[in-house]
Amino acid sequence: MDAGAVSALELEGVSYQYPGEAFDIVDNLSLRVEKGSFHCIVGASGCGKSTIFRLINGLLPLKAGAIRIGGVPAGTGKGACGYMPQKDLLFPWRTVWENVALPLEIQGGCSKRERRERAQAALEDAGLPGCGDKMPQELSGGMRQRAAFARTMLTGSDLLLLDEPFSALDFLTRISMQEWLLSQWQRHQKTILFITHDVEEALFLSSSVLAVESTPIRALREIPVPAAFPRDRSCLKDPELVELKERLIAHLRKQVTP
Amino acid sequence: MKGACKANLPALLFLFALLLLWQAGAMGMDAAYILPSPIQILQKLWELRGPLFTVHLPATMAVTAIGLAISLVLGLALAVAMDGSALVRRMLYPLVVVSQTIPTTAIAPLFVLWFGYGIWSKVLVTVLITFFPITITVYDGLRSAKTEMAELLRTYGATRREIFLKIKVPCALPYFFSAVKMAVPMSVIGAAIGEWLGAKSGLGYFSRRMMTQLDGAGVFAPIVLLSVVAMAAVGAVALLERRFVRWRGES
Repeated sequence: MDAGAVSALELEGVSYQYPGEAFDIVDNLSLRVEKGSFHCIVGASGCGKSTIFRLINGLLPLKAGAIRIGGVPAGTGKGACGYMPQKDLLFPWRTVWENVALPLEIQGGCSKRERRERAQAALEDAGLPGCGDKMPQELSGGMRQRAAFARTMLTGSDLLLLDEPFSALDFLTRISMQEWLLSQWQRHQKTILFITHDVEEALFLSSSVLAVESTPIRALREIPVPAAFPRDRSCLKDPELVELKERLIAHLRKQVTP
Repeated sequence: MKGACKANLPALLFLFALLLLWQAGAMGMDAAYILPSPIQILQKLWELRGPLFTVHLPATMAVTAIGLAISLVLGLALAVAMDGSALVRRMLYPLVVVSQTIPTTAIAPLFVLWFGYGIWSKVLVTVLITFFPITITVYDGLRSAKTEMAELLRTYGATRREIFLKIKVPCALPYFFSAVKMAVPMSVIGAAIGEWLGAKSGLGYFSRRMMTQLDGAGVFAPIVLLSVVAMAAVGAVALLERRFVRWRGES
């Protein structure tokens, strides 16, 4: 990693303990994420992956340690990270563009017309031209996720935290959304952290996989993915990747107690 | 409008059949002081239109409107307070529920003693009956807001106030309209009960006076008027609801 430049995200000795639990689920975790990278965090369900996100976006208070986003301590700037949860959480009483403009509305300093224009532009960019005046209920699952992504983009943050955004989609929609997300990432030069428990998804998307070794989380093992961008799905058939996938699955299965 | 008529056609036909049955029964019994026929009631309504519409209806409407307004303010304030603070909720919620176990009709005569025959004893009965559904329903509406939505806004840097305005209020709005639709007929009933127990004017009072004169049709006429007014008011609220609520329930 590039040590000289400012990292997109830095975790330094971060610990967190859920109230009522005897141990720290995140224990003295350190991590550096360089700018413009795409990392997938993989781990068994319930291992604490999402807890890391909730610490970074400030929904949970740190027990110890420090988090810096783009060199600035987390929690000081408004909307320092663009967080996109598993559910699209589009508000059903707002039109699509009003949903997408929510981060601008909270940050303030934008007229309604300006917000509308920027939201429509973000929607168009996400592949949803002309959908702004619809209600969220009129969109399909994939379209709703794209709208949620457009909303995340309007936080203006360079760091995007995507927490299993495609896990509720059917298989065919999911793979086209993965390709779509890669193209968005390449175009916008954002830093993306992406949580998933789907190993294939992780390998296809990320420049390197961050595997959760154990719960409590003390370290994330960085495993580079030997495939160049831009990618298409055929790279998943590459023997090297097939082998890596099997190794990761075997590794993750050790943590699952059925 | 045409669709609504069509949808309600079975109900209207059934109602008409019931009225016919009533008419036949009343004519067979021929004792208007106990069971007046629908036609007799309508005739009475027409005969008494002067005092009913100029004196007693406005009096009852005043009680209903003031009672409903107080209930709305009180109910909304209680709901927001209970939603905002766990301490307030633990303090108030049981009391609000207990207040509904009070047999209002039984203690309403006391209100007349305390507040006299004027409007306020009736308003108190109305408020006691209607503030409960408003408080509980709006409170449920505020609680129905999803924490995930609030968390999402928090990551954008939203304050508690912004979360309240942008999530809680829209979530509670459909509940609010349900509450008002429940409260409107109840407030009319409350006003009528209050007047029945002691008043100088009002449809409830008028109905009772007719009772003492063994005028069956005269008892029913103001009651028919009351339900028509209540139905019209609920209809008006439903129209407002359609205007303001673009969304109801989870998609």
